[in-house]
Amino acid sequence: MAVKVRIPTPLRGLTNGQGEVEAAGRTIGDMLVDLENRYPGIKERLCDEAGNLRRFVNIYVNEEDIRFKQGSDTALSDGDDVSIVPAIAGG
Amino acid sequence: MSRAAHLKYDDFVTSGVMLIIPSNISSAMLEHVKADFPFECCGLLAGKGDAVSHIYRMSNTDKSKVTYLMDPAEQMRVFKEMRSLELELKAIYHSHPNHPAWPSRTDIELAYYPEAVYIIISINDSRETEVGSFRIINKEITVEDIDLQ
Ligand SMILES: [Zn+2]
Repeated sequence: MAVKVRIPTPLRGLTNGQGEVEAAGRTIGDMLVDLENRYPGIKERLCDEAGNLRRFVNIYVNEEDIRFKQGSDTALSDGDDVSIVPAIAGG
Repeated sequence: MSRAAHLKYDDFVTSGVMLIIPSNISSAMLEHVKADFPFECCGLLAGKGDAVSHIYRMSNTDKSKVTYLMDPAEQMRVFKEMRSLELELKAIYHSHPNHPAWPSRTDIELAYYPEAVYIIISINDSRETEVGSFRIINKEITVEDIDLQ
């Protein structure tokens, strides 16, 4: 499945400056592996060592938070819009 | 996280250009800070070029006096509206109840938006406020003046 992925500003150095890239995968987990193959270094920015999404990173499929779907097992369809959106937080 | 080191202050800031925040928006921001005291409040300012035209009061899901986390669903909705109105994210504001208007260690750690000015409004028990504005890139703080009208 080919999907469009919106990349947040701090990660665009890894995607040659592009704010939107293509990636493929049957699930979000697969897509993250594909994204890593295309843009090495990006996965560790999004996931911890155990492969879980980092706490202050949100991923949306067609504007739905994957935490309220099946997490990294969330299925993707051709043409889905995936957005990677860092949380806005502080102290 | 060291791979972010390619980000440079100059990529996001043109020297000499100051963000202009009109009086209706700066007073709405300060009212938000006072209304949520003694808790931290947070919000977004959007606009085009050097002018802010929109303010979005956001929910602090932490409901805390010392931290904030913008409601992610709300954030997504606002980002979508900004895209459809062709607005850019210009600033991220939050309050520091009874703490100085300077980025905390957590603020620096979680500053993922180099394109935005981080505005911090300190407020004390007498409801006196003080505004600080910063760029936080690669965990480095640069004071960035804004034109608060
Ligand atoms: Zn803070």
